[in-house]
Amino acid sequence: MLPTIKNTLNKLCSSVALAALAALLPALSLAAEVNMPQGVTSVSRATYKLHMDIIWICVAIAVVVYGVLFYSLIRYRKSKGAVPATFSHSTLVEIIWTSIPFLILVGMAIPSTRVLTQIYDTSNAELDIKITGYQWRWQYSYINGDGEDVTFFSNLSTPREQIGSLFDPSVPEGSFAEKGEHYLLEVDEPLVIPVNTKVRFLLTSADVIHSWWMPQFALKRDAIPGFINEAWVNVEETGTYRGQCTELCGQLHGFMPIVVEVKERADFDAWLAEKQAAAAAAAELTNQEWTMEQLVAEGQTVYTTFCVACHQVNGQGLPPAFPPLTGSVVTTGPIEEHINVVLNGRPGTAMAAFGALLTPVQLAGVITYERNALGNSVGDLVTPIEILQAQQAGQ
Amino acid sequence: MASGHDDHHHGPAKGIKRWLFATNHKDIGTMYLVFSLAMFLLGGTFALVIRAELFQPGLQFVQPDFFNQMTTMHGLVMVFGAVMPAFVGLANWMVPLMIGAPDMALPRMNNWSFWILPFAFTMLASTLLTDAGAPNFGWTFYAPLSTTYATSSVTFFIFAVHMMGISSIMGAINIIATIQNLRAPGMTYMKMPLFVWTWLITAYLLLLVMPVLAGVVTMMLFDVHFGTSFFSAAGGGDPVLFQHVFWFFGHPEVYIMILPAFGVVSEIIATFSRKKLFGYDSMVYATSSIAFLSLIVWVHHMFVTGMPLAGELFFMYATMLIAVPTGVKVFNWVTTMFKGSISFETPMLFAIAFVVLFTCGGFTGLMLAIAPADFQYHDTYFVVAHFHYVLVPGAVFSLMAAAYYWLPKWTGNMYDENLGRVHFWLSFIGINILFFPQHFLGLAGMPRRIPDYALQFTDFNMMSTVGAFLFGFSQLIFVWVVIKCVKGGKKATAEVWDGSHGLEWTLPSPPPYHSFTTPPAIK
Repeated sequence: MLPTIKNTLNKLCSSVALAALAALLPALSLAAEVNMPQGVTSVSRATYKLHMDIIWICVAIAVVVYGVLFYSLIRYRKSKGAVPATFSHSTLVEIIWTSIPFLILVGMAIPSTRVLTQIYDTSNAELDIKITGYQWRWQYSYINGDGEDVTFFSNLSTPREQIGSLFDPSVPEGSFAEKGEHYLLEVDEPLVIPVNTKVRFLLTSADVIHSWWMPQFALKRDAIPGFINEAWVNVEETGTYRGQCTELCGQLHGFMPIVVEVKERADFDAWLAEKQAAAAAAAELTNQEWTMEQLVAEGQTVYTTFCVACHQVNGQGLPPAFPPLTGSVVTTGPIEEHINVVLNGRPGTAMAAFGALLTPVQLAGVITYERNALGNSVGDLVTPIEILQAQQAGQ
Repeated sequence: MASGHDDHHHGPAKGIKRWLFATNHKDIGTMYLVFSLAMFLLGGTFALVIRAELFQPGLQFVQPDFFNQMTTMHGLVMVFGAVMPAFVGLANWMVPLMIGAPDMALPRMNNWSFWILPFAFTMLASTLLTDAGAPNFGWTFYAPLSTTYATSSVTFFIFAVHMMGISSIMGAINIIATIQNLRAPGMTYMKMPLFVWTWLITAYLLLLVMPVLAGVVTMMLFDVHFGTSFFSAAGGGDPVLFQHVFWFFGHPEVYIMILPAFGVVSEIIATFSRKKLFGYDSMVYATSSIAFLSLIVWVHHMFVTGMPLAGELFFMYATMLIAVPTGVKVFNWVTTMFKGSISFETPMLFAIAFVVLFTCGGFTGLMLAIAPADFQYHDTYFVVAHFHYVLVPGAVFSLMAAAYYWLPKWTGNMYDENLGRVHFWLSFIGINILFFPQHFLGLAGMPRRIPDYALQFTDFNMMSTVGAFLFGFSQLIFVWVVIKCVKGGKKATAEVWDGSHGLEWTLPSPPPYHSFTTPPAIK
């Protein structure tokens, strides 16, 4: 009789254990999908290995500690009549469990030091790119070699209708457009770098601290205003990689993604040449004649990208931090002061200096737009060439 | 001294005066505990706003700026309003009872250090009602986001932090003065209960670092209002200097919130294992080592700021070292249970969960110490999961355990054991559904402090939010248990627990308003 019950119990236990394991397996595979990525650089793979090593060390320690703990909880229950022992210290045991963890730590410190040293070696880079954080976008500048002239901004390109009316009041309340595959991880112009090339990044910021993180490269470094940080990457596979800003940088911190396209060297060179030609053409535009309609049209694009987050689509702002532009002293007063505020910003407030950020065409456009749209109709305009003159006079 | 007075002069004053002019350590302890419970519920409400918004992608409930206000206020209220005052409350109630002292050494200062707090938090919370909104730069308030780019509420924030700091410093002075001067004859340092030891060490940490916090917010005040440039490179300052000064306070602060928890758990595990705490001496030395190490590891919060390699290495090694004394503590707790005679009343359930889940937080802490790996973990949900594992099933569970453990002593009534167990299991399940998935979110690439996220993070965020609401609403059971216990229940004996040991259990439950007016004899 008794053995039968024992047998049944055993079978029951093992089938319960099997069922639990079966339930656990999908969870485990799911967990594998969301583990740290191995990435596409030697540094990212070394980092992944450190990560897995330390996890397995923790698992081993956990098995021992939790093993003894749960054994004690089951074996030494008062309800089962356990009688407490009287021992309360042992110097030998204390020495053992102080020194073993110490030795494990030394074992972990050695490979960690090696990887860290590798990460810090920024020498012999073939290409330098300056990365500047702005509230709330990234700027990329190719600062040596053939790319001298190429500087551009990388903005979130997810349509506002997908994020909702709490992000942009001009979206009808409660309506959400269907979200795209790369929701919040897509930009208008990605950073482009060549494959199998050591690229050095020089990171800084124009306002608050941001942090540039690309999980697939295991690269995260703060962009700090007034200081330049160095980092490097050598990507071994072409493709598109996505990351985000990871340092709280104000209200749109969650909306400044990073996208990097890694191209074959030849494709990269062709892309760079194209960007240089486009930059030269843009410089040409400064000297061209501009009509009010052209400037307002140009200005609307600039306004939507750079101004709308604070001053809002209709120009009403979000007082008191972000004043309205409709009917304000600046946008309806003398144009010189308007140009001055846009170019140099208002120190001590959230209003940034856009002089170095935008081209003369964009600056002329946005100033003209603000004076002749958003409920304003001053009727005057400023040309790109006048902006250039104002900038030169200011220096 | 009191011979000429009637007996009723020794009892509490009547009505509101009892609380406003309180100098009795038991009354002040009660006020601290009630206040921290209220703050716990307020900070929890902020957390539920955050989790509700993160239930699915897209912005459903709050604007990004309000979301940032919620993360900031949640952190500030939980750290400075819930956890720290709760431990000070426990110290007020228990330290005099445990060392055989008649009261705290400085009773009038004790009154002041409590009564500053409600005003500090009213001032801080009132900013939510202003046009500019509450502080929105995170509880770590990094410059220049919190200086040049801050809204006007930053000034209220600075003064509120100053007030909290003054309160903490006075609390710490009082605890040190009490422990060092008012121990009953024969209560040598190495005979003190571990809770008293951990609080003594914590109080010294508070004295060392709270003035540093006061310094850093004062520098902010000068940058914001008086045109200095401590944290602005344009004027010769450095934004990273802010982080150095802040984390010189901030890292020991983490241990300020966990060392007293170690003390609480050591008392409870020994009681319900019916065995002496294993390795008492080594527990004292481990706590002291952790406190010392906590002062020289602050840069591990700043691994990605671009420190030179040598600095990075030093702080990595120092941080890894903390695992050694912390491991010793866990091993001692487990060995205390080994060959004991264990029963599972609610305080013990919370204490066991503390050991299991705090150890989880310790493991992720060890992972975060590895600087190259930290480059991947830093500022992601992995970090959020890590510090919530040490703070919620760590510090908060120890506070729950302490409340259940000492409620019968404080009120004279037993709490409802069944309700206590329901509260424990719902909290235990809720907390793990809430925070465990956040490890995966972080590893998969979700940054912290974002109000909206990419689609691949949806499933784990939904899980986390479900866990948050389960955990959050379970705490109402705790409130109910406390109210029920204060109102009545089975009368508690002086010993309360059959494995209890120490001076507080020699007094009747509840203890007289003035206890140990003549020092007890220590064996």
